[in-house]
Amino acid sequence: MQSQNFVLKFQKELCETCPTYDCLTRCQYLNIDTKTAEREIRKLLNGEDSFVLHECVTCYACEEYCKRGNHPFYLITDLQEKKGILPAPKPIVKQWVNLGIPDKKDIPHFYGAEEPVISLCLFPDFVNSIRGKLFQGVSIVLGRHFFCNLVYLHFGKPSLIRERLPKIIENIASHGFKEVVFFHDECYSTFTSYADAYEIKVPFRPVHLFEYLYNRLKELKDEIKPLNVRIAYQRNCSTRLTPQKEHYLDKIFELLGVERVERKYDRENALCCGGIIRGLQKLDLFVEVQKKNVEDMKNAKAEYCVFNCPACYSSLAERVRKEGIKPIMLHQLCKLALREEPR
Amino acid sequence: MDKIYKALAEIVGEEFVSNRKEELYIYSRDSGLSEPRFPDYVVMPRTVEEVQKIIQLANKEKIHVVPAGASLSLSGLTIPQKGGIVIDMRRMDRILELNRKGRYVVLEAGVTQGKLQAFLEENAPDLCHSLPEAPPSATVVGNLVIHGQGNLTQAYGFNSSMISGLEVVLPNGEICRIGSCSLSPYWFSIEPLPYLAGLFLGWFGTTGVITKVGLRLYPKKKLRDVELFVLEDPKLVSEVIYRVTHTEMAEDITTVAQPYPLMFQGTIMIGIYLTGDTEEELEFKRRLIWSSLSDLIKAKEGGFMALTPDMKVGLLEKPMSSLTRSADILKGGGFVYCGAIIPIEKFPEALKKLFEIAERNGVTFAHTGRVIGRGHCMMFAFAYPFNRADLESMEKAKRALFDSYVATLEIGGVPWKPGAEEQKLILERMDKNSVELIKRIRELLDPNKIMNPGNWEVEL
Repeated sequence: MQSQNFVLKFQKELCETCPTYDCLTRCQYLNIDTKTAEREIRKLLNGEDSFVLHECVTCYACEEYCKRGNHPFYLITDLQEKKGILPAPKPIVKQWVNLGIPDKKDIPHFYGAEEPVISLCLFPDFVNSIRGKLFQGVSIVLGRHFFCNLVYLHFGKPSLIRERLPKIIENIASHGFKEVVFFHDECYSTFTSYADAYEIKVPFRPVHLFEYLYNRLKELKDEIKPLNVRIAYQRNCSTRLTPQKEHYLDKIFELLGVERVERKYDRENALCCGGIIRGLQKLDLFVEVQKKNVEDMKNAKAEYCVFNCPACYSSLAERVRKEGIKPIMLHQLCKLALREEPR
Repeated sequence: MDKIYKALAEIVGEEFVSNRKEELYIYSRDSGLSEPRFPDYVVMPRTVEEVQKIIQLANKEKIHVVPAGASLSLSGLTIPQKGGIVIDMRRMDRILELNRKGRYVVLEAGVTQGKLQAFLEENAPDLCHSLPEAPPSATVVGNLVIHGQGNLTQAYGFNSSMISGLEVVLPNGEICRIGSCSLSPYWFSIEPLPYLAGLFLGWFGTTGVITKVGLRLYPKKKLRDVELFVLEDPKLVSEVIYRVTHTEMAEDITTVAQPYPLMFQGTIMIGIYLTGDTEEELEFKRRLIWSSLSDLIKAKEGGFMALTPDMKVGLLEKPMSSLTRSADILKGGGFVYCGAIIPIEKFPEALKKLFEIAERNGVTFAHTGRVIGRGHCMMFAFAYPFNRADLESMEKAKRALFDSYVATLEIGGVPWKPGAEEQKLILERMDKNSVELIKRIRELLDPNKIMNPGNWEVEL
């Protein structure tokens, strides 16, 4: 199936009549006032070049800032590709493009895998952590045949997602799963937000890890020992595509007995972990963003920094650790409360 | 009992001499693809006087002598081409002196890289030596005599240029000291005396047996980090190296190009290692390096790769055990390489040759390289994996290796630690007067031609 078969559902008039231009004025990396936003949005709507296409850090946040349900970020990425604007250097893009191609180690079909099933995307290092009471009876699938490819939104190559996605969907569906829990937020957002925006049919129900963890924790409620710690939560880019599941987080934190600290860069105002900003070689900005973010966690007296995304963990964990804040993945925090992880 | 065996046993004790086939077998080969050849005896001396007596015996009996460390050159340099006595130096493994303020150690020839590294970590944690990408069992002197390289080579040149003194048993059995240690108890410098060290470095044991060495140490910073700069265009590699070396902020600079994993295919990665005593120092150096490459980044020609913590752990390991794992792409337990010492601007030509050779011989490859000095030259490894259980795979790798030596010479480079066959290639192309000088020096130092025959053997 060719990528050009899929066209973005986008309502131009929603932007033309927008009273706020939040998608651009709320951007935390481009300093854009309302007047400039109006001008640049018109350019984007007309398919013209705009500095936004060149300077966007691809944090995905404008998708969430748009309260009218349009897709400003998907529009930006499609225009970047159309105009040949590479957000990152060519060799970096090449490496990422190659990364998604299955190799000999990737298993296309996990025979005997039964629901509940969890897809670990391209994070084999987490296989050993998908154990214990939280994940009892869960089957794991992973590898490039299950890789959502959404990462190419960062690299001006969105057509690659649409080119590869039908095959990935077909592969997952061939297992006969009715529901798949996605460990990686980006996968969940692909099979919900992105697929919907381009009218790509998904024949199974994508379940977010938050939802799975919440339901499981409720079942294990009597075994939870409240952690009584202060945590800062690090949102990842793709959560901006599917904010509708974010409410599970607060419920999870409540069950675990942790306090999500009040801080400047949380929820809709969250900052990028910095990983992709570095990947796009905006090196000074990368340092600045990480510094601001971690300072904010410190000022809020967070003891733990909780991550949902392994890539964010990779990018920011060392930095928070150096500041005396313990980095931890969300599912591992849950296991901590169940006393399945050493504290 | 034969008389040579008996005489050797009298020198080192019966425990430390052998002519048993199963023990000689070990010394008949190395991990590379050179033809095995058996020695007649192997002996493990403990002192310089014992080495002296072995050499005197060898002269008297006109028997060949091959000094050996851990025999890890991969190019068969300690395989006895014409039999004789292999002198395994690994019992001489004492670290004799640490001069902390003068930043040098004096050690015996059998001291391993691992032992020196552990010794310094314990006794001088703020000092380090230039550690090669070799197993901890490799000997320090073995690396020096082949002009090895290590993690400090970019900053200070070949490891052999870090020598501050030598003790050598000459082929006639005389013990000779070179450098300040020939005049005083201090082993701080080879210079400013006549540069006699050159008579023993790069000669592969054909001019004497090194028994002690003074080795310079360097400041070891508390923190170490790495950046990988990625390029597609090989022509830009020398430019990147030139700019990064100009900042004088990098400890080590390496290159990697390999077809597997697929992610790396078609790209070249330049490893830039940074050190600092504080986060601020590291950050300062990092920013200077970023800045030196900013226009290449802006032009989208290159960029820094995102490294996961696990990748960093592997890249920062000293020595890097992942290097041998990634070189062994076929998982067949073997790899060989031709280390070409080339001017940095020859990188694209060398890489092109590597691709051609690999394709022509039906082998895969894994290139690694290391900058020497401030880009004065670099080591470019044409590396080929092979499967030890597959003779055809070994033959292919052998052919590719030979082609790589030829290619190195064609592009104006110099093969590093060439085996006996490849030394002939070099001598054929070398200036005739230089070859004659090699011949005369060997005749002068080793009139009985007992020292590691088959190596640097000039037939004019």
